[in-house]
Amino acid sequence: MTELQAGSTATPRRPRPLSPHIQIYKLMLTYVMSGFHRISGAALYFGTLLVAWWLIAAVAGPNAYANFEWFIGTLIGRLVLFGYTWALLHHMLGGIRHLIWDVGLGFEPNEREFLALATIVGSISLTLIVWVIGYLAAGGPR
Amino acid sequence: MNLHEMRTPMGRVRGLGSARSGTRAFWHQRMTSVAAVPLTIAMIIILISLLGRSHAAVVQILGSPIVAIITVLFVLTTVYHMWIGMQEIIVDYVHEDKLKLATLMANTFYAVTLGFACVFAILKLSFGV
Repeated sequence: MTELQAGSTATPRRPRPLSPHIQIYKLMLTYVMSGFHRISGAALYFGTLLVAWWLIAAVAGPNAYANFEWFIGTLIGRLVLFGYTWALLHHMLGGIRHLIWDVGLGFEPNEREFLALATIVGSISLTLIVWVIGYLAAGGPR
Repeated sequence: MNLHEMRTPMGRVRGLGSARSGTRAFWHQRMTSVAAVPLTIAMIIILISLLGRSHAAVVQILGSPIVAIITVLFVLTTVYHMWIGMQEIIVDYVHEDKLKLATLMANTFYAVTLGFACVFAILKLSFGV
């Protein structure tokens, strides 16, 4: 206690250590991917509305389906669908990463880093591949 | 000291833990995630094969037995999975009791409505009324 009081009169040599917290924690791929998993899951939660709209429009008839197709054809619709594709594939790969951990594998530091990197690189690559295949399947440039 | 000695025999038999609900949500989240992987891949293939087709063709393909079964399974699996997931997010961030109960209830209403609407649409397409 006396040490502390004596120390308080002079400026401390360095700030007191803080416990790790998201605002001061070093930005690491593993925890960013952990956050991405939850965010992509929440995005899919609302993105499922798009699936429901699609299915209901299909059963409601040609006019309702044309409205859905019109929306998906707009720039915003395309962006939403692209985001949904990415969230879906990212959440799927992130989920596979969790399943690998669930069986007790992949906990070494280099393995964790690899899995985090594989999740983000894999999800972006797969999204682009799916969209290229989709673009070609839809008839390519028209 | 062995941790098991801290628990009553009844508690050990029930194996529910402090949450009184056991590990059911955890286990079901894993089970649905394992099911969702092949179902998601199948769903993406179905969606790509439907691109650029007319409404009549889409209705016919979506209503065909294999595609309809895969789509229903995909919807049920993912809706249950997202219901558990959102519940987990709510209990992590919402600490005020009334708001927590309201959001948990809203989560259930949303998931059940969405799941029922999707399944109804697929079955109606498939049974062709």
